[in-house]
Amino acid sequence: MAEPILELAGLQKRFGGLAVTEDVSLRVAPGGIHAIIGPNGAGKTTLIHQISGTLRPDAGRILFGGRDVTALPLQRRARLGLARSFQITCILPGFTVLENAALAVQARSGSSFRFFRPAASETALNRQAMSALEQVGLAGRATTPAGALSHGEKRQLELAIALAMQPRLLLLDEALAGAGPEETERLVTILRGLKGAYTILLVEHDMQAVFALADRISVLVYGRVIATGEPDAIRGNPEVRAAYLGEDDA
Amino acid sequence: MRTRIRESALPLLVLALLAAAPFLGFGEGWAMTLLARAMILAMAAVSLSFILGGAGLISLGHAAMLGFGAYAVVILDDAGITEAAVVVPVAVAAAASFALLTGAVAIRTSGVHFIMITLAFGQMAFFTAASLAGYGGDDGYTLYSRTSLGGTRWLEDRLVFHYACLGLLVLSLLLCRMLLASRFGRVLRAAKESSLRVRAVGFDPYPYRLVAYGIAGGIAGLAGVMLANATEFVAPSYIAWQRSGDLLFMVILGGVGSLHGAVLGALAFVLVEEWLGHITEHWRLIFGPLLILAVLFLRGGLAGLPAQLLGARNRG
Ligand SMILES: Nc1ncnc2c1ncn2[C@@H]1O[C@H](COP(=O)(O)OP(=O)(O)O)[C@@H](O)[C@H]1O
Ligand SMILES: [Mg+2]
Repeated sequence: MAEPILELAGLQKRFGGLAVTEDVSLRVAPGGIHAIIGPNGAGKTTLIHQISGTLRPDAGRILFGGRDVTALPLQRRARLGLARSFQITCILPGFTVLENAALAVQARSGSSFRFFRPAASETALNRQAMSALEQVGLAGRATTPAGALSHGEKRQLELAIALAMQPRLLLLDEALAGAGPEETERLVTILRGLKGAYTILLVEHDMQAVFALADRISVLVYGRVIATGEPDAIRGNPEVRAAYLGEDDA
Repeated sequence: MRTRIRESALPLLVLALLAAAPFLGFGEGWAMTLLARAMILAMAAVSLSFILGGAGLISLGHAAMLGFGAYAVVILDDAGITEAAVVVPVAVAAAASFALLTGAVAIRTSGVHFIMITLAFGQMAFFTAASLAGYGGDDGYTLYSRTSLGGTRWLEDRLVFHYACLGLLVLSLLLCRMLLASRFGRVLRAAKESSLRVRAVGFDPYPYRLVAYGIAGGIAGLAGVMLANATEFVAPSYIAWQRSGDLLFMVILGGVGSLHGAVLGALAFVLVEEWLGHITEHWRLIFGPLLILAVLFLRGGLAGLPAQLLGARNRG
């Protein structure tokens, strides 16, 4: 395996008596899509929270690009190139779609302690924000207030904001959450388009989407990674079938 | 575009009326005094609206910033210094420093905690002012002359003072508007909507909020200089938490979403207060419920009134 872009070593997280992350160790190689699947409540979101810096693990280490980021807050990790989307949509409803993405561009384009020039007139910011919107097919909605988007469009915007950060690693927590069949199809097409250009760690419980997209899959059950491998190997793994896939296929 | 014009029509009209007021029958002493007071409080309200509407910081201690400006005038006056070139920078720096120092603590909290902490710092300033025996303590301090401009007594002139207040009010409005539109302001506004989103793209909201708080303190300090000059008297009551509450009310009455709303709110507040005071000595009994009704029924505040009226007419 090439030098991993992300490495988790012995991560632990408990909520009260509940162990939600149990000794999770994982290596994510650069390039491609690595998926984490697991039933509801398996601890997928909690794991993403720890990787992105929204939650601190109780024990274990997180290495990003070889650097120990375990103690860094969310915003510092974002600056290092770790972008995430949220399972529960987190956009700025009062901002236009373009300005939502432009804020992310602004974060990596020099100082924001600039007081005089209107940010909305900075063409360099707008151009890059627009190109992020184009990547997810939202360019036509650039001037719409984000709060007025449909649910599926909000998921697209969530993705565009992450792309506008030009991340080295994209953490997507259920990018398809709550999307209807058509929206899901559109989002899967978008994700397929991103493949190769970005390293993606994808949390998902839509099995079809995962097996269609992922190069590698890790299976999380009750906070533990019970298997990691190529999609075919995972599909054939008896332990995985027993713990998880069986329920879905039945 | 048309809504843009309609939105700025009201504030432009109000500012034009203020500019013309001395020639529209409001040139008498009491009227000019009232208008000056309204414009000065409007300036402080604009600075509060900047951090409230722009950054979501609900301060219940903003009158303390005004007080720092006013007491800077007093303390320098006592030392024989009345020149604006000294008084204004000292007053603004004092108020901004107080804002930065207290803000450094307060901005680490949010919601009700922030309100309570700003209230506590405001009361600290109030009691400190009341204990300044050398500057009149509880009774306040009378200034024997207004701040001088390059050695001249121009500010003693009613008309000059009127336009100085108006000019500073317009400058404050333009400054805050420029700041909110800038990169800096965009981070502030975004953090107000979702601090998590802002952090997830790589910004720590704290320093942005703190700088905004300091700037608002500086503007309010400048308003304090003008207030001291308007009344030629400064007392701890200027800093009391009720004054902070009044400022907050002006902003909410005018409409939190727009800076010029604070101007409308301050003018309405001061004028209605004065008018009711003439009608009955129990004016507070009427004023309170009136304010509550205004907040309940004026969505978007006074600044949103034209749109609300037009909307009602279009529907009707
Ligand atoms: N902040 C929290 N406090 C207590 N329990 C939590 C918290 N967040 C998640 N949990 C619990 O941890 C478990 C895993 O949740 P989560 O990570 O959201 O799972 P998933 O994303 O795989 O559905 C669930 O049982 C959930 O109820
Ligand atoms: Mg989840």
